[in-house]
Amino acid sequence: MKVRLATVWFGGCAGCHMSFLDLDEFLIDLAEKVELVYSPVVDVKEYPEDVDVCLIEGAICNEDNLELLHKIRQRTKVLVSFGDCAVTANVPAIRNQLGLGNAESVLQVAYIDNAQHNPCLPKEDGIVPPLLKKVLPVHEVVNVEHFLPGCPPPADRIKALVGQMLAGVEPKLEGAQLKFG
Amino acid sequence: MAAKTLTIDGKQISAEEGATVLQAADEAGVKIPTLCHLDGVYDVGACRLCLVEIAGVPKLLPACTTQVAEGMVIHTDSERLRKYRRMTLELLFAERNHVCAVCVANGHCELQSLAYNQGMDHVRYEYNFPKWSVDNTHRLFGMDHNRCILCTRCVRVCWHIEGAGTKNVAGRGGKAHIISDLNMSWGQSYSCTECGKCVQACPTGALFHKGSTAAEMERDRTRLEFLVTAREKKQWITGEE
Repeated sequence: MKVRLATVWFGGCAGCHMSFLDLDEFLIDLAEKVELVYSPVVDVKEYPEDVDVCLIEGAICNEDNLELLHKIRQRTKVLVSFGDCAVTANVPAIRNQLGLGNAESVLQVAYIDNAQHNPCLPKEDGIVPPLLKKVLPVHEVVNVEHFLPGCPPPADRIKALVGQMLAGVEPKLEGAQLKFG
Repeated sequence: MAAKTLTIDGKQISAEEGATVLQAADEAGVKIPTLCHLDGVYDVGACRLCLVEIAGVPKLLPACTTQVAEGMVIHTDSERLRKYRRMTLELLFAERNHVCAVCVANGHCELQSLAYNQGMDHVRYEYNFPKWSVDNTHRLFGMDHNRCILCTRCVRVCWHIEGAGTKNVAGRGGKAHIISDLNMSWGQSYSCTECGKCVQACPTGALFHKGSTAAEMERDRTRLEFLVTAREKKQWITGEE
């Protein structure tokens, strides 16, 4: 039976997913062993039940991220923080340094101060999710089984970790395979 | 000078009286992780990465500031030490804003390489996200307090090697930070000779050459080695040896 794999994209640049695609021909081997049940690269709208492994890219930045992350935790056996934004909150969390009210400040700068046309804050209940007061790494919200650092993690590092998991051994990255940045 | 015999990780060695445990270990080929230590500059035991276990002493002691003694039995690598080293590194990362991906020192950073060599795959402490500034007032160099770990290498090379005394530490605890002269902007400092030793000494991306962008800040420690060797051994390193 195939491993039910999901990948999700929260507050990040998609670079980790690009790096995943950079696995090249290993993706063909992978396709024989896993079923990709949810991902930005497949057209599934609702996160399914009984997922074996989920690779989580990105920091937790808004209400939607938070809600989906809790759902993912409930429906998934093994979570992997995939890349620096998930592991450390990284660049998305730089706004945290502005203290309380940081979300309002960054929106003000991006959508009002620097707007050349039609300055207004994006606001549409139920469509545009409100930003959290503080951007968080994934493991500060839910329990995470494994960490795959890197900005982005190079393909060989992803292959190492995913390979270990598929082989049924406890994944363990060492030395420079754990390099941030 | 009298020699002391001691044991490091089960290895019988001898070291000169007055040598530090770090020096003795180094000579015996035992590698102890360090961060605030810099060859040629006096040690202060600031970072606690080089903590070792010494039989009969309940506390962990920094190898860089502890002198060898006759019959000492030292362990440099145990479950307990690995636990504390990883904890220390995680606290350093959580304390200020270390964003490796956009740091000038990415790939050339001692904090970064120590973290992965000690197996740090994530930080278990809540990040502080403090607000610190960047001093870009100097003509040649910049100081980003977000990336400073207060190892004081810059202070020590500035006072001890250059003799200028520009760099100092101000404040206490979480508010401690590196200043220039009497807490003025670096560009206004009267005492700075623009020698750049502090920039070469910095283990992270806190001190950098202006104009370097992410991952470009490589250090050249041979300049410090050149000066220290000249001073201590009266020898000039020619680079062709």
